[in-house]
Amino acid sequence: MNDKQMTKTIKGIAAPLPLANVDTDVIMPKRFLITITREGLADGTFADLRFDNEGQKRPEFILNKAPWTRASILIVGDNFGCGSSREHAVWGLRQLGFDACIGTSFAGIFYDNARKNGLALPAVSPEIRDALLQIANDPNGAEITINLETRTITAGELSEPFDMDDATQTSLIRGRDDTLDSLKHAAVIREFEAAMDADMRVSVIK
Amino acid sequence: MNRTLYDKLVDAHKVCDLPDGDMLIYVDVHIMNEYTSPQAFSGLEAKGLDVWRRDAHLAVVDHVNPTRSSQPHDAASKLLIDNLEANCAKHDIAFFGLGDPRQGIEHIVVPEQGLVVPGMLIACGDSHTTTYGAYGALGFGIGTSEVEHVLATQTLRYKRMKTMRVSVDGETAPGVTAKDIIMKVVHIVGAGGANGYAVEFAGSAIRGLDMAGRMTVCNMAVELGARAALIAADETTEAALQGHAHSGQFAFNGETWVSDPDAKFDEEFTISGSDIEPLITWGTSPDQSVPITANVPVASDFTSPKAKAALERSLQYMGLNEGQSAQSIKIDTAFIGSCTNSRIEDLREAAKILEGRTVAAGVEAIVVPGSAMTRLKAEAEGLRAIFEVAGFEWRPEAGCSMCLAMNDDIAMDGERVASSTNRNFEGRQGRGARTHLMSPAMVAAAAVAGHLADVRDFK
Repeated sequence: MNDKQMTKTIKGIAAPLPLANVDTDVIMPKRFLITITREGLADGTFADLRFDNEGQKRPEFILNKAPWTRASILIVGDNFGCGSSREHAVWGLRQLGFDACIGTSFAGIFYDNARKNGLALPAVSPEIRDALLQIANDPNGAEITINLETRTITAGELSEPFDMDDATQTSLIRGRDDTLDSLKHAAVIREFEAAMDADMRVSVIK
Repeated sequence: MNRTLYDKLVDAHKVCDLPDGDMLIYVDVHIMNEYTSPQAFSGLEAKGLDVWRRDAHLAVVDHVNPTRSSQPHDAASKLLIDNLEANCAKHDIAFFGLGDPRQGIEHIVVPEQGLVVPGMLIACGDSHTTTYGAYGALGFGIGTSEVEHVLATQTLRYKRMKTMRVSVDGETAPGVTAKDIIMKVVHIVGAGGANGYAVEFAGSAIRGLDMAGRMTVCNMAVELGARAALIAADETTEAALQGHAHSGQFAFNGETWVSDPDAKFDEEFTISGSDIEPLITWGTSPDQSVPITANVPVASDFTSPKAKAALERSLQYMGLNEGQSAQSIKIDTAFIGSCTNSRIEDLREAAKILEGRTVAAGVEAIVVPGSAMTRLKAEAEGLRAIFEVAGFEWRPEAGCSMCLAMNDDIAMDGERVASSTNRNFEGRQGRGARTHLMSPAMVAAAAVAGHLADVRDFK
């Protein structure tokens, strides 16, 4: 893969979404899940926060207000992405134009789903997150830069490191397809299977 | 001899280390449903890949199907169901569709079929796969891209978690169930308190639970963020492995699948079983609960402005006043079902409360047995009659139903539900729907009283 295809930095306007425990039901309500494709999920993303019962935009919701209508980064509350395993939540965030969510902690399945879809989830301390929330509140639209290679967030005067495990960092920068990459280890998987105890090997009855 | 059960399970399934810090782990059994697998199959197709091992997967229809009938209620859900059936036929994968006598909620079906034994690793595109920890097996939920990865390689990319032990010691009082134990744990550890951890449950109150109770505990461990939940194998586990369709395939190595006596955990919590009361949630996160004898919190209970704001938001959504008593909360609907609490044991507990009583006027009460096999068993025991005489609607088909309202069981805006399920999130049971989580017996008590009620008052 050449350098051009690598994503080393993410840059954009950040929107503050400070609620704690934003779950994947809120990110992608179930009525948008009755689908067999990954596409068409932008409208469903945060649907109940963005739209009222009549389908009208809620003017008070942050993502419906300029400049945050152009946001590509979210600054989020603790435990973002908790609940259901639905990857639709991540697909929807990507399709609505988000490249990253910066927060203090993320639910495990959501974190892994994000990595598979190029959504960066830099983790910072509550103090840094709160400082970023302040910055993101700027009505003129504050631009934040996330450097995946150096694991640094910069915004105006602020420049802080973030946490991200090596495998996720590699995956995001290279845009790697994990399935194809893992199949390089097919011979090792076969060896493992050959050595498995017969009385732990399932054969599901059809 | 100082490994945790979790570390033993990871070590036993590690295929190889990967250069970037992940490892490949082997998946013994992979369970699929109709809503998180379609894009995994199409991913295989797009990449020109085949299923690595056909006999290691089971697909079950449970999320979108109606439970009034074995026919899909609309074209969109039919598409998902038909798509799963076609994908399974194409790849020669076991499929339990609507009308199959083995169909039901995936996490009810798997133990019923004897597909989980201590020492296994089970993955499924559903967060409540932590349920299988009750058997000393490593079960965890995965996303759709990972479903594709398991189909193509029978492995997952994995990063070892930190370990937490939650010990619940002492005896619990009558009326306190496994549901109350795990709701108490979620309240104490917090909704994201176990993010990044595998949690082992220990202590005499846990060991004293039957398998159904242990499954309820491990099932809801994901609500504290645990990526895996575990309970050591013992004689209760061994006894539960007999008599199922797959029982003959596996050996029981119970003594292996326990934490060593000197095992060290990264975090420890200890809870006294005698401190636990029947609980109800009042808010929109599973950790927002109080004992049924208590009141909804008030702003002055919290110090941080953030916590005060969270309380206000939750109360506004839930249509409650701060400080109002839990038992003053009137309900519209009572729902017994879900992978957390729709096993035969749960139905028996609820039936004990309902016997000789009737559902309050104006309350719609529904019970959805967790699987076709559970339903038949309950009917044979006379439980259906008890529910129906009391005024509950007994659903003839199994599924997730109103737990997440992906089928036609959708609570209306403002509708208040006493629910034996696992999540009280905003919009979970329908847009604007208000969910109160509790044990199945507590749901039965609420149905009879017409408001949240203390099961201990129903002798």
